[in-house]
Amino acid sequence: MIHWIVAPVILPALVAPFIVLAARYHIGIQRVLSLAGVVALVIIAASLAWQASDGTITLYQMGDWAAPFGIVLVGDQLSTMMVLLTSVLALFVLLYAIGSGWDDRGRHFHALFQFQLMGIMGAFLTGDLFNLFVFFEVLLIASYGLMIHAGGNARLKAGVQYVLFNLIGSTLFLFALGSIYAETGTLNMADLANRVTLIGPEETVGIRIASVLLLMVFAIKAALVPLHFWLPSSYAEAPAPVAALFAIMTKVGAYAIIRVYTMIFHPELEATAGLHDLWLLPAALISLAIGMTGVLAAKKLDRVVAFSVIGSMGMVMISISLFTPESISAALYYIVHSTLAGATLFLISDLVRTGRANLDLTVQPVISGNALTAGMFFVGAIAMAGLPPLSGFLGKLLVLDAAFDNDKMAWIWAIVLGSSLISILGFARAGSIVFWKAHSVSHENGAEVPNAPSPLAYAAVGGLIALLVAHTVFAGQVHGYTFKMAAGLFAPEAYISTVVETPGKLSDAKKGDH
Amino acid sequence: MSLFYIVALPFFGALLPGLMNSAGRAATAGVTFTVTLAAFVGLLTNLPSVLAGEVVMARVDWMPLLGLNFSLMLDGLGFFFALLILGIGLLIIAYGRNYLSRDDNMGQFFTYLLLFQGAMVGIVLSDNILLLLVFWELTSLSSFLLIGYWKHLPEGRQGARMALTVTGMGGLAMIGGMLILGQIAGSYDLSVILQNRELIQADPLYVAALILILLGCFTKSAQFPFHFWLPHAMAAPTPVSAYLHSATMVKAGIFLMARMWPVLSGTPEWFVIVTTAGLITMVLGAVIALFKHDLKALLAFSTVSHLGLITMLLGTGTAFGAMAAMFHILNHATFKAALFMSAGIIDHEAHTRDIRRLGGLRKLMPITFIIASLAALSMAGIPLLNGFLSKEMMLEEANHTVLFNSPWLVPVLATVGSLFSAAYCFRLIGHVFFGPVRDDYPAKPHDPAAGLWLPPAILVVLVVVIGVAPFLAEPFIKLVTASVLGDAAEVPKSYFKIWHGLVPALYMSIVAVVGGLIMLLIFKPSLRIWDAMPRPEAKVIFEAIVESVAKLARAIILPLHNGAFSRYAAIAAITMVAVGYHAWSTGTIAAPTREMQPATPVAVGGWLMLVAATAGMVMMHRNRLLSLILIGIVGLMVSIGFVFFSAPDLAMTQFTVEVVTIILLLLALNFLPNRTPVESTVLRRVRDTSVAIFGGLATFALSYHYMLRDAVTAPISEFHLANSYKGGGGTNVVNVILVDFRGFDTYGEIIVLGIAALLIYALTETLLGGPVRAHLLNRKPDQKRAGNKHPMMMVVLTRVIMPVVLLVGFYIFLRGHNEPGGGFIAGLIVSIGVVMQYMASGFGWASARLRYPYHGVIGAGVLIAGLTGIGSWFVGKPFLTSDFTYVRIPPFEEFELATAALFDLGVFLAVVGAVMLSLESFSRLARQSGGPDSEHALDIDPSRDDPKEPAEKEAV
Repeated sequence: MIHWIVAPVILPALVAPFIVLAARYHIGIQRVLSLAGVVALVIIAASLAWQASDGTITLYQMGDWAAPFGIVLVGDQLSTMMVLLTSVLALFVLLYAIGSGWDDRGRHFHALFQFQLMGIMGAFLTGDLFNLFVFFEVLLIASYGLMIHAGGNARLKAGVQYVLFNLIGSTLFLFALGSIYAETGTLNMADLANRVTLIGPEETVGIRIASVLLLMVFAIKAALVPLHFWLPSSYAEAPAPVAALFAIMTKVGAYAIIRVYTMIFHPELEATAGLHDLWLLPAALISLAIGMTGVLAAKKLDRVVAFSVIGSMGMVMISISLFTPESISAALYYIVHSTLAGATLFLISDLVRTGRANLDLTVQPVISGNALTAGMFFVGAIAMAGLPPLSGFLGKLLVLDAAFDNDKMAWIWAIVLGSSLISILGFARAGSIVFWKAHSVSHENGAEVPNAPSPLAYAAVGGLIALLVAHTVFAGQVHGYTFKMAAGLFAPEAYISTVVETPGKLSDAKKGDH
Repeated sequence: MSLFYIVALPFFGALLPGLMNSAGRAATAGVTFTVTLAAFVGLLTNLPSVLAGEVVMARVDWMPLLGLNFSLMLDGLGFFFALLILGIGLLIIAYGRNYLSRDDNMGQFFTYLLLFQGAMVGIVLSDNILLLLVFWELTSLSSFLLIGYWKHLPEGRQGARMALTVTGMGGLAMIGGMLILGQIAGSYDLSVILQNRELIQADPLYVAALILILLGCFTKSAQFPFHFWLPHAMAAPTPVSAYLHSATMVKAGIFLMARMWPVLSGTPEWFVIVTTAGLITMVLGAVIALFKHDLKALLAFSTVSHLGLITMLLGTGTAFGAMAAMFHILNHATFKAALFMSAGIIDHEAHTRDIRRLGGLRKLMPITFIIASLAALSMAGIPLLNGFLSKEMMLEEANHTVLFNSPWLVPVLATVGSLFSAAYCFRLIGHVFFGPVRDDYPAKPHDPAAGLWLPPAILVVLVVVIGVAPFLAEPFIKLVTASVLGDAAEVPKSYFKIWHGLVPALYMSIVAVVGGLIMLLIFKPSLRIWDAMPRPEAKVIFEAIVESVAKLARAIILPLHNGAFSRYAAIAAITMVAVGYHAWSTGTIAAPTREMQPATPVAVGGWLMLVAATAGMVMMHRNRLLSLILIGIVGLMVSIGFVFFSAPDLAMTQFTVEVVTIILLLLALNFLPNRTPVESTVLRRVRDTSVAIFGGLATFALSYHYMLRDAVTAPISEFHLANSYKGGGGTNVVNVILVDFRGFDTYGEIIVLGIAALLIYALTETLLGGPVRAHLLNRKPDQKRAGNKHPMMMVVLTRVIMPVVLLVGFYIFLRGHNEPGGGFIAGLIVSIGVVMQYMASGFGWASARLRYPYHGVIGAGVLIAGLTGIGSWFVGKPFLTSDFTYVRIPPFEEFELATAALFDLGVFLAVVGAVMLSLESFSRLARQSGGPDSEHALDIDPSRDDPKEPAEKEAV
């Protein structure tokens, strides 16, 4: 079906208004609709990924207008993989939200959730930079709504910071788009890739600034130090299922960097030489170090997880910043891992929260379901800290292996391995206080012992862990696939020609125009 | 049995004890034993091939591109270790079943134990060094769980974390080492690496790889200076100490050194590092062990000492050393595991492990006495027991080792180590079992049931058998040694004998034993000296280091992320400007391609007003109402700017948006104080001002640069201009771009608008559900309210004007495709009309006349837009493909019908709904605070003329 590729965007965009229109007072109906929508998304995404797996590039011209004049969606291996990852993550997060009752603690959770998915899916699929901006807006505003879901002072305060920082990012995005359009007269990525080659060596400042501005926009989304400040408090204060879904949002930034800086401003492009190949790696290394140090420094469990997300994004960015097929394929493998691990840990910290007064790392009585939750935390922490046998370790090996030939190899290895140790310390400390030390105090007499989380909530976390295990067991296949994908990214001719050369409405007129 | 099963059995079997836990202790221990037994038997089925000198292989690809594959191999060395792991494992499981009390969760214990067992078997059978790393770290993790098994004990938790930190650090170093090694050899398969001795040792990265790998081995095998974690791991239940921390896990480092022996050993670096570390560890461990009063601590340090001994033997780099090492591994595993189990028995029966509180147990616990004494004597190196044999070989090897150019250093230190080793063994026997029977044991000691003493007894039988008939072990040890040496060296010809003649090793041995006895005699005075000596306490140092690292981490992270948004924004802005400047300064720049446009007086005037309004805003922003007005000016100037640049659509949009925003802001202002308080210091304001100025200048430079230059080729807008009528059926290019060329963007943007409204609504709802509600109800306006809430003039005017507004909105909507206008602007205009009703006649009056809930309007708008887009699927076109035609309904002129109009209707509805829902949300807040609103318009508020409240009066 030719419209398959647009479905991941349209479907949630229809489910959400329908919920608002017809079911806004019925949480039961909302749950059914939302869940059905996400299940359908998983199926659609899986078939899209299947379709793209042999290297097919699917082009969809919005309004039948050919690129670069209209907007196109492009489904290639990378974008469909990200779409699949998003939909699968969304399924488990949604199950958790329903199981834990989070969706019923404020209004419009499901509508905002669907809109959020629409934004993320659109950002992965679009082949147009301005359209990417629009989807960034959609996912930003929806995520803000989700973030402050259920209210509370701390959450609202964090939410304001979140949305303000990201509005700075949006403004910068507009500057970047303006610069790119002024310089090249186009916004379509494939077309842009062609046009930047026309820029001669006599004047490069324009395109250089445009490229770094755009890079910083994506770096904000990817929470790269020093543009990461929005992340710790907003992820920590957001409702757990929302924070878990946000695990994919940082990856939107990483995805955009991979896409734009392998296809358009690729490492061989003379005009933009000496920019991101200079800046990105040190920033990524510092991100990793800051993130993992934060794991040790944080005073609350949810902050521990939030900092670990920064750290793992640092890891992703280190790998991306090397810009070789090996390193990009390692980054892609790690992106999947980091998304699943981050989401798992956020959900687990919520399992802990249900049994405790708060998530402070102080000794509090044993939570109900301690053994199971502790076991899950142990697995999640192993994954995040990059210890064997889970995918975090394999991802780390891939990154280290990819960095072997780099002239900054010693730096990369030292920081990657050193920060692993710090994060092990941090996670061991947090887990030991929350799950073990709790045995040394007991509930006060008469104090109400909180209920254990619902089985559905556990099942959702269990499902994510199962995905992590699958990502480990089938690491060879996944990595083989990401390797193919990375090779394709460094040879984007097929992508570009598919986008630019497919005719649309009035295409003959276009030729006359050129 | 395939090697896969041997490794996989314990892992999958680990599920069983947890599952069987509620079925009882016997069942739990039973399944654990069975699983281990199955793996053990599976291992034995491979014995014939191993004896025949074959290497059994099994391989499945895991990550072939990386070179990490699930490949296993079983040779003599692997078989030897697997035999130890599974064989002693069986005894430990039997012992553990009787050792754990009813309060302990046995299922958890055996699950962890089996996980460990699987990981350990994995290490010794791995053919791939990356796979080996996986199992290596798994042993650290399962050891973490087992040490912390008694969660309520602080020693357990601390010991577990210490062990994890130290071995984890080593493991991370080893990752680096293994990767380097693999890169040098071109493969991560051991079978390949072991063939490349020359290549590896010649590589400049050899030393780095060696040091990193040795870090892993030394931390795991508790070599100096990383030995300190092992004694603290003794907080684990005794079966764990016996299994992990003496017989198996701590030998993983040694195993790896043996495994890598053919490629890594033989260089001066290897010799110096490994031999020195081993030697120091051996002597230090033995000395400390002598003065420990806790039985398990004594055994722990003795383990450290013996691990040092084996390490030293491997370090010498000779074939004889390697053989002696292998033999001692076997002997140490037997006598030390037996000793640990005996210590556990004593602890179990006497309820203390403190040697000072024991003594005289010889009569009370005769069986334990025999087992422990034989094992201890073997450890002391007494002939006819196996410890003697390997110790002799060690002393023999030490005699031939020249370290730091001194032929005396190694032999002397080895003798000293043996001497202390003998001394603590004698002390163990003497102070625990001999001496008078006491009457103040914490519990009455007696021999335990067979379940506890049988496992160590089996080991002691081995101790004696090997000790008396070493030739029985000789072929096996030589087989193991052969697989250690690989092609690097020949297996030594010498035989395992009790009597070698009057060789120097014998004299050294005699010195050690006699010296040990003397040490025992002078134990009390030497203990006094020892206690008086200042000693660095490893645990204190370690915790100080960890604590200072954590402190440093907190000192960096917490102040940096303290929630001060203005600083976050400042850092972000500085970063952007700096990176942008760097990109600018490293690029090339050519002359502008466009002329400056002339500055007309109108433009300059507008510009001046814009600047004045902005500057005024900065100066006067503390007065909120005033700043709102100034913002309005800025907005209007922008609209005029759009008009100036011939963009009437944008101007209209901007203008209506401006009106709606100001109204909404005014409503919000109602809940805020009149003035913004001063919350920042002068310094911070200076900082923020400078950042803002830099940012502004950068933006100016950017715009200036681009506005004077053309794009490299024709921009896409030329296509839009040329084809808007032909392809989109409209002459208003902006509208055609919005609803057709880039309708998908608009679709996204109306969704943004809709979400924003839903968000405001949800936020209001949450606020009203919380403490804010009470706050609002009790709120007193700080100024006099207008007595005439709904002025008659305004009410009448707005009601009269309403149909006109709707008509204008409809007109604007319809003409949108060809003239300035469209759904977006029409939506805003209609909203303004409705907002005016709210303002004039009151919220109650207006909402009572509300026929359609605004949620629904938003939902319907977004749905209509989406469904319009999907409509084109039915004619086989992509999403949002538009079509148009001209129709003529008689009396009217011919007019155009475009599908885009339907899309525009969606836009219209979404805009109206979004604006109105936001307004309604604010009004809900207002109504909470203002009390019930009157149903009647034109009402008078009588409260205005009420006398002032008494309190206020007095104040006045």
